[in-house]
Amino acid sequence: MFANLDQIFVLLKQWAVGWLPASWQAAAGVLLCVVAIICVFPGLFAITVLLERKGLGRMQNRYGPNRVGIFGILQPVADGIKSLTKEDLVPLSADAVVHFIAPVFLVVVVFMGYAVLPMGRNMTLVHLDAALLFYFAIGASTELSVFMAGWSSRNKYSLLGAMRAVAQMISYEVPLLMSSVAVVMITGSLSLDKIVAAQNQYTWGLPHWYIFTPWGFAGFAMFAIAATAETNRSPFDLPEGESELVAGYFTEYSGFKFAEFFLGEYVGMLSISGLGTTLFLGGWSSPLAVLGWVPSWFWFFAKIMLSMCVYIWMRGTLPRLRQDQLMNFAWKFVLPLTLLNLFVTALWRFMGDGWERWLVCSAILVLAYVVMGRTGMHRDHLGARRYRYAD
Amino acid sequence: MTPLTAYLLVAALLFAIGLAGALTRRNAILVLIGIEMMLNAANLNLIAFWRYGPHPEALTGMMFAIFSIAVAAAEAAVGLGLVISIHRHAHTTDVDLMNRMKG
Amino acid sequence: MGFVFYVIVALTLAGALAAVLLKNTVHCALALTVAFAGLALQFLELDAQFAGFAQILVYVGAVAILVVFAILLTRGSETPKDGVFSRTWLAGLAIAAAVFAVLGWAVLGSAQALPGPGGARTAPPTVTVLQIGNALMSRYVLPLEIVALLLTAALIGAVMVAMHEKAGTQ
Repeated sequence: MFANLDQIFVLLKQWAVGWLPASWQAAAGVLLCVVAIICVFPGLFAITVLLERKGLGRMQNRYGPNRVGIFGILQPVADGIKSLTKEDLVPLSADAVVHFIAPVFLVVVVFMGYAVLPMGRNMTLVHLDAALLFYFAIGASTELSVFMAGWSSRNKYSLLGAMRAVAQMISYEVPLLMSSVAVVMITGSLSLDKIVAAQNQYTWGLPHWYIFTPWGFAGFAMFAIAATAETNRSPFDLPEGESELVAGYFTEYSGFKFAEFFLGEYVGMLSISGLGTTLFLGGWSSPLAVLGWVPSWFWFFAKIMLSMCVYIWMRGTLPRLRQDQLMNFAWKFVLPLTLLNLFVTALWRFMGDGWERWLVCSAILVLAYVVMGRTGMHRDHLGARRYRYAD
Repeated sequence: MTPLTAYLLVAALLFAIGLAGALTRRNAILVLIGIEMMLNAANLNLIAFWRYGPHPEALTGMMFAIFSIAVAAAEAAVGLGLVISIHRHAHTTDVDLMNRMKG
Repeated sequence: MGFVFYVIVALTLAGALAAVLLKNTVHCALALTVAFAGLALQFLELDAQFAGFAQILVYVGAVAILVVFAILLTRGSETPKDGVFSRTWLAGLAIAAAVFAVLGWAVLGSAQALPGPGGARTAPPTVTVLQIGNALMSRYVLPLEIVALLLTAALIGAVMVAMHEKAGTQ
């Protein structure tokens, strides 16, 4: 019973494909999975937007949307209809072709990342041997879309927003990759299926998730920081800082194209949450051995929705960084720590199974964090804020 | 035509296009683009020879291509840094105007 | 030589031609991206998965972005008054055509001697990332270290070259 529930989507697919002639089955199966991904994640996007608007409203002592439907739950539908019916404006001096391609390219690229994410037991669309490399290659292409949007709009705010976004995404891609390399070093594979399988083991009923190791915890923390910056979310949302740049690189987009950017941003967040979950939080494996009967896909989606809640929480809590703080933080703090984390991971791998490795690895990481965080960054405007007055 | 011949011809054409770009464009950045394209054409050759060669399990062609990609990235970074430096110095990126040894 | 091969080749060559011929420099950079992506697809078509993804990661993700940054920093997107092609464009074109002629003649002339499947397509070599990693860490460890050194030198060199000259050092 529970085993069937776990595999319900796989079985449904096999049942649906079974109606077709044998030569079409493989292609139809892939097509069905693609359609499912294209339907499910925009649905989650709608839920996340509603959650964000309600949650941020609560954090800021207001109600949030509460007019459309009961408790405002139909607000995403209303938003969707609004953006579909709005006029699609293209500035007269804009580069029309590039202006059109940018949002389409973003959405396509963002959805391609889902092809390799294991969303449950036997629920990976493409089993690639180099899945992680594929994911990062695809993820790096989003920068191009951001640049095309900003440049083709012929608007100084768009261009500034795009340059900020691209600089930020390039800078934070390095720690993002480096913190994932630690996982690859321990698992010995770039395949996301194997990474999940390696974490799907239990000792005394507790899982072997990588976050429960010193290097995994540090790696996850840095992965989360870099992922937040990659997706241009608060507190790293300089590219679209409303108070400075109107809306950043998509200032000149309206109607459906704006909706595409909005969708691309949130689906990208869901996707990178999925990757973080897969790498450090055990993917679809359950948090306790006794909960193993709960369907695996439930855990995957629960984990990514939980990380979306953390995203919303951070947006409601943290102030926006300044450009120089952002760059200093990436290159002088996060990157050295990820490099050190690689070294610690190698130590962990070769020190055997004893308690010593816990002590040594934790000590190195904590020491480095304290030294760099307390002393090294002090001179670089990341310490206590100094106020300057006009006099 | 065997697949290998076809790939080699494509690579030759790509190399020629890159060479033409590097030789005819005025903008120094586009000259660099042409050079990158020539490097890529060479990579295609390496991969094609690896795939259709007698010993694909030896990985030599693939390794060569991977190293070549890394070297090309370094080349692009330094080359574009030089272009930016020259632009700051001479206020132009036109290679036809960069004809003095003195700064 | 299937349909897919011709589509990918057409994409690559169209991108390359556009990158060389277009007037607007930013358009050239974007067309170059198309050519790079096409090449990556050719690598995938040749069963070189790792190299193909590395190509996308390095070229589309980094080099193309670097190029557009350089273009914007040097005001390269403004079309110059005296044309985009050099005065000696005819000579350049002739040299390129001659090079292509020689290469094509060499390839076609040695077609018999080239290794390759005579009739049946050979089975794709199954190369896992694990094998590539092992090779990089054993047989190719010296080139790997040299590349690491080169990349570090390039990183520092690019920063030093592009850094603002301090007033008075000239």
